[in-house]
Amino acid sequence: MSNTGSGHDETKRDFLMVATAAVGAVGAGLTVWPFINSLNPSADVLALASIEVDLSTIEEGQSITVTWRGKPVFIRRQTAAEIADAEGVDVATLPDPQAYGDRVTKPGWLVMVGICTHLGCVPGGQKVTDNKGDFGGWYCPCHGSHYDTAGRIRKGPAPKNLEVPEYNFLSDNLIKIG
Amino acid sequence: MSSKQFKNPVANWVEKRLPVISPIHHTLFEHPFPRNLNFMWNFGSLAGLCLVIMIVTGIVLAMQYTPNTADAFGSVERIMRDVNSGWLLRYLHMNVASFFFIVVYIHMFRGLYYGSYKAPRELLWIIGVVILLLMMATGFLGYTLPWGQMSFWGATVITNLFSAIPGVGDAIVTWLWGGFSVDNPTLNRFFVLHFLLPFVILGVVILHILALHTSVSNNPLGIEIKGPQDTISFHPYFTIKDMLGVCVFLLLLCAFVFFMPNDMGHPDNYIPADPLVTPAHIVPEWYFLPFYAVLRSIPDKLMGVIAMFAAIGVLFILPWLDRSPVRSARFRPMFRVMFWAFLVICYILGTVGAQAPDNVYVFVVPYLFSFEVSSWMTVLTVGQITTALYFLFFLSLPILPLFEKTKPLPASISEAVLSKSEK
Repeated sequence: MSNTGSGHDETKRDFLMVATAAVGAVGAGLTVWPFINSLNPSADVLALASIEVDLSTIEEGQSITVTWRGKPVFIRRQTAAEIADAEGVDVATLPDPQAYGDRVTKPGWLVMVGICTHLGCVPGGQKVTDNKGDFGGWYCPCHGSHYDTAGRIRKGPAPKNLEVPEYNFLSDNLIKIG
Repeated sequence: MSSKQFKNPVANWVEKRLPVISPIHHTLFEHPFPRNLNFMWNFGSLAGLCLVIMIVTGIVLAMQYTPNTADAFGSVERIMRDVNSGWLLRYLHMNVASFFFIVVYIHMFRGLYYGSYKAPRELLWIIGVVILLLMMATGFLGYTLPWGQMSFWGATVITNLFSAIPGVGDAIVTWLWGGFSVDNPTLNRFFVLHFLLPFVILGVVILHILALHTSVSNNPLGIEIKGPQDTISFHPYFTIKDMLGVCVFLLLLCAFVFFMPNDMGHPDNYIPADPLVTPAHIVPEWYFLPFYAVLRSIPDKLMGVIAMFAAIGVLFILPWLDRSPVRSARFRPMFRVMFWAFLVICYILGTVGAQAPDNVYVFVVPYLFSFEVSSWMTVLTVGQITTALYFLFFLSLPILPLFEKTKPLPASISEAVLSKSEK
């Protein structure tokens, strides 16, 4: 046995070498994937992904916080002044431009995930006594992000507006989040 | 096989079949250690001692702890009240974690002052930085386990750092959490990783020691060993010196464990985790404060995260940033001044990280004094200035040799040591 015989042999060996390595690499990747994917949300976690909320008890100017997917969701029945304030802003000047109308499905009802888009703290502003920040909405104490009355980022390190979750009105006083 | 002969026949019997005795014998009696090592060289072995204490206390604590969001906080309180000596084990684990970082930070500043990262010790230094990163990960994961308010919100903020990555950030964060927020799956995996990583650290520490024994210890003069007249053996000279260091270390540790066990922690972590309420002022453990200050000093989310990781990452390229051929700061007048300035900058960054960004900055020395520097200096301003200076220190190292006139180096370690003792 000799592998110095002809160039033909070496090409064949090289090919087998590359082919084996390629199959091995693909196999290793396919084997590793279930391990990595096992860390993603499991079926029981995903099963709790939607909730229904009764809105009939919320008066104008009141907010409630509900838990959805382990996160706080802010629901606020806005006052006319807040709506006017949110609509009066020049959208082009915002860090994350979004019109008021694009943030609500039914004007007056604001539904948002109450998680600061910077590093995930819960901003204050739900209670009357909370610091609402420079723009009368919400203020995150962790790193100083200010949100306006429509939950849009106005000042501070947060890059985006408070997230609006997927939700719809099942009736006038009942919404389904998720 | 040229197997060594020992007086003890059992040692000979083992050595012939498994050569584990001779490396230990070599390290203790034959390996050359510079004869001029000062007390700053105590901190390597002290760090090793810390790792051993952490693993031993950690294993017995893990036998009592429950990694479940419903029971975690209660199980830690049960350790404190009901488990035999549980309070001692937990306070040791908590405080040695802090002491581990104190020891390692001194160890690293020692390396910086005496140029221990320069050729041929670049890889030794880099492995050390890897150990620091692993320690930081382990410390962070461990702080999550008691499931108090600081645990929960610390975990939330740190995992959210990854959401700054464009495009895939949110998917990565969901993957890290195993859900849509920090919750039970997160706590479970954090516990497993907190248990696993110390053994990874142990493995990397062995590499660190192997690299050290290959390149031989640096010394306060920063010059190479020229011959046997420059060296002494580890035993008995450094065994006795290390033991004195251990005594001082244990005295300080006991002062904290028995008289002020919670001083280096945060009181809010004795409030059970509440996903709906963020504490008004969240801070990481003290040993992360300088890096947290860097993160907060940059107003942009992604850039802040990059700057924070760069503050540690820059240490990896330090051996190539510093172009001066002289190692020890004793012979580098400008570098010596910069070193002490850098130490002060790191300290100020630490105090910045502990304070709310919009407040007026207060310079603090714990237990001693604190004062406002100026009423117009906010924490944010001071943080931004010191962050800039932090990076400026590293960026000025490549050009420093152009301006710096180094002092003449002694001919050898023994010559320097002997001339000193004659005076």
